[in-house]
Amino acid sequence: MALAAIAAPPAGPPDLRVQLRRARVRRRWQFAGLVALLAGAGLAAMMIGPMRIPPRDLGAWAMGRLGFPAEPIGAAERLVIERIRLPRVVLAACIGAALATAGAAFQGLFRNPLADPGLIGVSAAGALGAVGIIVLGHRLTPALPGWAAPFLLPVAAFAGSLAAVLAIYRVSLHEGRPVMATMLLAGVAINALASAATGFLTFLATDQQVRDLTFWLLGSLGAASWPKVALVAPGVLLGLALLPFAARALNALLLGEEEAGHLGFDVWRTKWIVMALAAVMVGLSVAFAGVIGFVGLIVPHAIRLAAGPDHRFLLPASALLGAALLVAADLFARCIVAPAELPIGILTALLGAPFFLWLLLRVKVAWQP
Amino acid sequence: MIDARGIVVERMGRPIVSDVNFRAAAGGITAILGANGAGKSTLLRVLCGDCRPDRGSVRYFGRPLADWRPVELARRRAVVPQSSALNFPFTVAEVVLQGRAPHLERGAPGVDESAAAAALDAVDLARAASRDYTTLSGGERQRVHLARALAQVGLDGGGRCLLLDEPTSSLDLRHQHDVLRVLRRFADSGGCAVVVLHDLNLCMRYADKVVLMHYGRVLGSGDANAILTPDWLGIAYGLRVRRIEAGRDVLFSAG
Repeated sequence: MALAAIAAPPAGPPDLRVQLRRARVRRRWQFAGLVALLAGAGLAAMMIGPMRIPPRDLGAWAMGRLGFPAEPIGAAERLVIERIRLPRVVLAACIGAALATAGAAFQGLFRNPLADPGLIGVSAAGALGAVGIIVLGHRLTPALPGWAAPFLLPVAAFAGSLAAVLAIYRVSLHEGRPVMATMLLAGVAINALASAATGFLTFLATDQQVRDLTFWLLGSLGAASWPKVALVAPGVLLGLALLPFAARALNALLLGEEEAGHLGFDVWRTKWIVMALAAVMVGLSVAFAGVIGFVGLIVPHAIRLAAGPDHRFLLPASALLGAALLVAADLFARCIVAPAELPIGILTALLGAPFFLWLLLRVKVAWQP
Repeated sequence: MIDARGIVVERMGRPIVSDVNFRAAAGGITAILGANGAGKSTLLRVLCGDCRPDRGSVRYFGRPLADWRPVELARRRAVVPQSSALNFPFTVAEVVLQGRAPHLERGAPGVDESAAAAALDAVDLARAASRDYTTLSGGERQRVHLARALAQVGLDGGGRCLLLDEPTSSLDLRHQHDVLRVLRRFADSGGCAVVVLHDLNLCMRYADKVVLMHYGRVLGSGDANAILTPDWLGIAYGLRVRRIEAGRDVLFSAG
């Protein structure tokens, strides 16, 4: 009798279809929660600052803008909302979404939860491209048509980022598989190389240029404006819209490149598309806000802990959480030492570096090939 | 179904596989056997298309491997690797559902879930569907990947192929037999199963055809009864192997 009791298996879990439906419902709620979080962070960032804007004024402004009858608000409030806070919130959201989504994409591509654009040198190389244009760009501009000049900086940053991704990918491959330790070490090398080159350019720069450069190296959203948003947003939205099409292929890549091929995915095409889109997003972020590290590390990790690594959810969810995180971090950065501003890159590094160390402790086992 | 001719693979000037002709027919289990380093896995990788041979060609259903669109081939052929590098915390169900990827745009609602559920059931993992893959044991992981392949090509194999690299290497006795019975069903329903195996007893009991490899060449191929003899095995493994007939069973013992 005792043997029969042991041999009888415990009651099983519910039917697979029921389980999957539950998982879908749970994800829908999580997604709604992230949208609410982003909205909350955005509203807080609109209201809080040297000039407090009460919700009533914000509501009246929004109603008026949308063409509904509403009581008018003061000219100063209007100016602060339209010229200062809103572009800054939108830029922060774009860049947070871009960095987090690019981080998630790199991690899928390298099959490595530690791949962050800041850590593996993609941001530093993008910054090198940007700094190169700041210092040497005036020699290039006369040769270019007038309309091209504003694009010079983002294009150079993108080129730097893409070159870094390609180099790291190439170096970290061992018999067709990316090796984790090599990838991080290649990142260290590229970071060092890009920093040295940036340092050399700083040495060449004039005093005015040096002040512009410090902004890049620390990361800041302080100079947000609508023209900048107009340059950043299209590229970021393009990446956010297209990367999810690669979500299934990225899921399959986590099994291995050959396995993804056996499942019918075109592995080469996927890798190229993902690398290029992620490099566009990082390059644009770096070009307009400097090096903001660790967002691409923390955000996808948090989403994976809550909802698993499925890229169909991970990519859009990372975009929302990254946007919310950077909007909130920027609010914090401009309030904590007001009237001065803390560069946001310092803030994200203060939060992110300990988190990275903790993550290293957890995944150490996986380092053995 | 699968037809490879004149396969040569060289690494650093040394042949790993030389002049191998290989055929695996529909409706049968073809087992590849041989000592470590005899070229079994390399041959399987050539058959999969993961390794491009220096000479020779591989055809599926009469069509050269290079002429297949990846997704087209994926609908008719699945590959089970010996181990996978997956180290992200997917649930077991999510991994198995990935096998449905080549079918997704065609499936009626619920088909993918049913296929995944049936595949999980076949490898005795129905209860583990919501578990985190990274917490599974080696044997359980192996069965998850088999289930993924079964979700991809179906439990009944009419017109489809399944290639497996040592699918029983981390399995307990019962699950070894479970897996080979799954292959038996796949083959009996018209599928073509190719499997690298180490266990002579399993091979004797389940394989329809045995390809015995030795130093990158095919030492012999044919009916299991004809190939798995002390003479052939003695050459292939460099070890005296005894064949013990016990009623209807044939067992092998070494030394």
